[in-house]
Amino acid sequence: MAFLEIKNIKKSFGKYEVLKDISFSLEKGEVLSIIGSSGSGKTTLLRCINFLEFSEEGTISVDGNVIYDGGSLRKYTDDEIRENRLHFGMVFQSFNLFPQYTVLENVTLAPTLLKRGTAEEIENRAKKLIEKVGLTEKMDFYPCQLSGGQQQRVAIARALALNPQILCFDEPTSALDPELTGEVLKVIKGLKGKDSTMIIVTHEMDFAKNVSDKVIFMADGVIEEMGTPEEVFDNPKSEKTRNFLNKSNEI
Amino acid sequence: MTFLQVTLFLLEGFKLSLLIFAVTLLCGAPLGLPIAFCSMSKFKPLKYITKVFVWIVRGIPLMLQIFIFYYAPGLIFNIPISRNINLFFVQNYGIENMGMIIPVLVAFAINYACYFSEIYRGGIESISQGQYEAGYVLGLTKSQVFRKIVLKQVIKRIVPPMSNEIITLIKDTALANCIMLPEIIMKAGQLASRNALVWPLFYTGVFYLIFVGILTIVLGKVEKKLDYFKS
Repeated sequence: MAFLEIKNIKKSFGKYEVLKDISFSLEKGEVLSIIGSSGSGKTTLLRCINFLEFSEEGTISVDGNVIYDGGSLRKYTDDEIRENRLHFGMVFQSFNLFPQYTVLENVTLAPTLLKRGTAEEIENRAKKLIEKVGLTEKMDFYPCQLSGGQQQRVAIARALALNPQILCFDEPTSALDPELTGEVLKVIKGLKGKDSTMIIVTHEMDFAKNVSDKVIFMADGVIEEMGTPEEVFDNPKSEKTRNFLNKSNEI
Repeated sequence: MTFLQVTLFLLEGFKLSLLIFAVTLLCGAPLGLPIAFCSMSKFKPLKYITKVFVWIVRGIPLMLQIFIFYYAPGLIFNIPISRNINLFFVQNYGIENMGMIIPVLVAFAINYACYFSEIYRGGIESISQGQYEAGYVLGLTKSQVFRKIVLKQVIKRIVPPMSNEIITLIKDTALANCIMLPEIIMKAGQLASRNALVWPLFYTGVFYLIFVGILTIVLGKVEKKLDYFKS
């Protein structure tokens, strides 16, 4: 069984079906990029995986254990949902840093509240993560004193602080100026390794092509095409994929 | 009467004004919080009952509410409650006017709690959903997210409207004179009618101005203290 298994996820908002039967799997250490036009359900899929939304049907399994079954009609308790969320890390499009805390405090807050070690251990680990995203000199700055790119790098360090098994990015560079996009993508690329499994929803086609092991193209709530970057970008089988890629190449 | 005598005489009244101010703030500010949460409740009946309650309390003049709390209990139970309370406190503790002070305090505390609750609600609802979600994906509980992430941002946002309300409060205490509670303006009125001194009536303004000046400085400091972050 694959490390992450998503099976038959369905999600509607009222009458509008956003996700229609989504299934895919991911091995440990793999990087998956999800591309597709706005409104295709990419973000909703990521939010279902992080339990910010709850799919009405389908299962989510991590490391062989089914952690969520939408069809079971069972109400998950707040504690179960929190446990489930801890398998995943999430980086948002709009960063969502905590404005009243410094860079260091943003990274140490959750591990401290969840008692993941002594204050010293947590701080040392946070400092290493901040170094990893290249912001050691900004450690005591507040989010409002940082550029968008720097804020997003802090958000990545914050997500890493809990050692999630799978790290999710929801359009991490969409809110950034073009010149700041590069620094964030570089950091994400630097995270790639045998232990870090990542799901990246992105509009950066070149980046997706370079960094991914697997690419999913979504359209109208379904997975239109799935494969290696070469398969999806160079030899797309679906008409919709071809149209989408042509349009993004035109720009 | 000398200037000093008038000042001391008025100060007696201003003490009552300050008492109403302090008690309203100490009771109304915490009481506003459960009202705010009820008015945001997902349980619809509770939400709408609270909203109607806030509508009534904010919709009726505070002076009328003072009358209601002063007269209504006596009328309902057909006994002179106010006089009995007065007697009780004078005989047991030597404190005067409690029959009037208590209904005034109740009316003020409830009235201001409703105003505060709307400020709290506005503050809480102005925090973006993203802040909550960022906390949730880090595995924090709802209570941790509220206490450690949202609360301070709410406080920062409600300080300016709360300052406004607090400054209004000290001047609203003058309304207590509608049931003859001897706050500062009532005291000045007594000087006008008994001693034919009109100027103390205008002089009362100085007491308010000094107190509002102090409040402005203190509240400004609080605002400044939260200036270190933007939200």
